Amino acid sequence: MKNLILIFLTCFFLTACASKNLSTYQQLGGQPKVEEIVDNFITEIEYDPVMFEFFKDSDINRFREKLIEHLCFLTGGPCDYTGDSMEQVHGGMNISESTFNHGVDLFISAMTKADIPHPVQNKILATMIHTRDQMIYR
Amino acid sequence: MLISWRRPLVFFLSLVSIMAQASDGKLIGTAGLNQIEGSGGGGIVPWATLAGYDSRDQVSVNAFTTQVDIDDYRLNVLGVSASFYDRVELSVAQHRFDLKTLGGEIKQNVYGVKYRLYGDVVYSTWPQLSLGIQHKELDDGSIAGAVGAADNSSGTDIYLAATKVHLGAIAGFNAVWSVTARATKANQLGLLGFGGVNNDSYQVMAEASAGVLFSRHVAVGVEYRQKPDNLGLGEDDWFDVFVTYIPSKNLSFTVAWAELGSIAGAKDQKGLYLSLNGQLW
Repeated sequence: MKNLILIFLTCFFLTACASKNLSTYQQLGGQPKVEEIVDNFITEIEYDPVMFEFFKDSDINRFREKLIEHLCFLTGGPCDYTGDSMEQVHGGMNISESTFNHGVDLFISAMTKADIPHPVQNKILATMIHTRDQMIYR
Repeated sequence: MLISWRRPLVFFLSLVSIMAQASDGKLIGTAGLNQIEGSGGGGIVPWATLAGYDSRDQVSVNAFTTQVDIDDYRLNVLGVSASFYDRVELSVAQHRFDLKTLGGEIKQNVYGVKYRLYGDVVYSTWPQLSLGIQHKELDDGSIAGAVGAADNSSGTDIYLAATKVHLGAIAGFNAVWSVTARATKANQLGLLGFGGVNNDSYQVMAEASAGVLFSRHVAVGVEYRQKPDNLGLGEDDWFDVFVTYIPSKNLSFTVAWAELGSIAGAKDQKGLYLSLNGQLW
């Protein structure tokens, strides 16, 4: 039993530190997949009464264009993000922690519908989580 | 028993329903379970996470039942916990420890409070940190007294836990680890009382869990819990290997293999740990 646990922990930390060669952007399938995820996310928002409330006065075409840029940039793709800062975009919305997490659930659903494998989904989320503090309770 | 519980429970639930919306404000699989003493955690180790999917503006209520069936004993646990605004967790658990070979039963209640000091298990840079206590009251201290416990009625553990989820950390799978330092005098969770001839002062014990989420619905991991040997009966450290299936944010099933070592002179106690965890609110 103790040996089993040692083996588990060794694998746990070795793989946790292992380096990766491909960018997350390449692993997820590049620009077509980034666009597919964002389009799916917009559809998820349209059918979600809680989230739609935050978007009803938004320019969805601009949102789509800037989110595609941002996702490409965050995952290590060949893009620059030219939109406003996350603080500016979400200022005055007072997004709660639960609404934010609900948005993450919808984003996961958008990735699943774009056939993004589970491990790649996690890597995409890992590139995005630092934006949370710039988005909630603003 | 059931009737006396019902009115306070109904009152409690209606209070909760007035206070907040139902909780779903965490990523699935990141809320953890109720551990063996009722606190939010893994199986045998309390974590820094609070049981339930509540976020800063939500309340959650969880109920769980756990059975650990080892060679000479069987532990049955029933409990409920409530988490308020992802900040404070209250829990109650009842232990019924069945002495399969000797005959008889030891009963104990565990009352827990946990306070989240810092962080979010997924989103903060540093691990989530919580401070907690578990107050244990033995129903009948005669067996604890017979094995030489210094106190055969009640005791309180104090613990500090740090827990972190790393997204995509292991070949893209989410990983979770938790470490806990517990100051305790309890013998075998308190079932054999508190303190003894070997030692009757608080000692700090190390506890740890590590796991991997192989999908949004399956977690696999290992746990370790260091134990004091106050009674001089050779109390051993505990280990387990677990698999948890999380079909939804409202339900999880855990199966584990537990190796609990020597318990009250009976050596090499091991067996199955089964747990069912449900979020009621």
